[in-house]
Amino acid sequence: MANVLVSAPKQARAGEIVEIRTLASHPMETGFRAGTNGTLIPRDIVREFSCSYGGVTVFRMELSPAIAANPYIAFHLRARETGPIVLRWTGDNGFSVEETVTLQVA
Amino acid sequence: MRRIAALLAAVFVASLALAQTPPADPRRSGYADMAPAVRAMQDDDAANPAMLWVAEGRALWSKPEGTAGAACATCHGVAERSMTGVAARYPAWAPAAGAPATLERRVGLCRELHQGRPADAPGEARARLALLAYVALQSRGLPISPPADRRLDDARAAGEALFERRLGQLNLACAHCHSDNDGRRLAGAAIPQAHPTAYPLYRLEWQDLGSLQRRLRNCVVGIRAEPWPADDPHWVALELHLTHRARGMTLEAPGVRP
Repeated sequence: MANVLVSAPKQARAGEIVEIRTLASHPMETGFRAGTNGTLIPRDIVREFSCSYGGVTVFRMELSPAIAANPYIAFHLRARETGPIVLRWTGDNGFSVEETVTLQVA
Repeated sequence: MRRIAALLAAVFVASLALAQTPPADPRRSGYADMAPAVRAMQDDDAANPAMLWVAEGRALWSKPEGTAGAACATCHGVAERSMTGVAARYPAWAPAAGAPATLERRVGLCRELHQGRPADAPGEARARLALLAYVALQSRGLPISPPADRRLDDARAAGEALFERRLGQLNLACAHCHSDNDGRRLAGAAIPQAHPTAYPLYRLEWQDLGSLQRRLRNCVVGIRAEPWPADDPHWVALELHLTHRARGMTLEAPGVRP
């Protein structure tokens, strides 16, 4: 079950710096571990995380096999205008989750 | 003269008050010995990975399932009200099983009997863990209060004996580490007093949420003993003893441990 948690302020003043914090449910299987029969467990990780704010990509991150399961990603952005913040996780085996939060800028 | 008498009386009263303060509780939750970063992770719901399971559990709570087409909410209503304090008193007697049961077994029984679902795979079924985390959250901050139920006495006594009994190739009992050497270190890891204050919890070593039974299985394998099958009465007996030992301590579930 794809499942993410996003914690972001609902409102902000124009020009204020806000923090967006996210948790995504994902095993982040490295591809280097051997299974019970000695064969490698195939890699299954989140490859990319991106955040767009008002249609512009403001934060993007590539993830590697060294990152732990259920990755926690936190970053800051400057509140400019009221608009949707779209968070997107994509990865191996067609993993794709999108979550939208709206920031009200006064 | 009168002033001296008053002073003496005051000193006497103060010394009485001192003598009456109960000694500080020597029991420590594993939380107290964690690194500040891990503690911060547990304290902050936006950073605690166990909250992912809680979110799944919340969704499952009101989802009709099985041949009965019933959701947990059909019988139990709002979890925030009906499940308050439930996790603090388990393991408890389960009439459907005619035996003491852990909370995850009880959740599983409910799903089989009242929802008419096929039984979950034994052990750590994801949906059962998610519901367990959601139910446990409703008791966060409450004292652990095992029920005074005479039907649990035999199993609790068996658990206490088991805690002291040597097992496995390393020939160690639980007590050898957790009562005799708690607070010291085993290689790099701190030895806790083994109070189950935060289960189910997210263990960084597992990169996963796990129940108390999984943690106990870990310890049993660690002393090179053969673990009992999932949901075996031995696990329930041990849990009964551990919750009795930790009675009155605050439940932190769902916690984070290194």
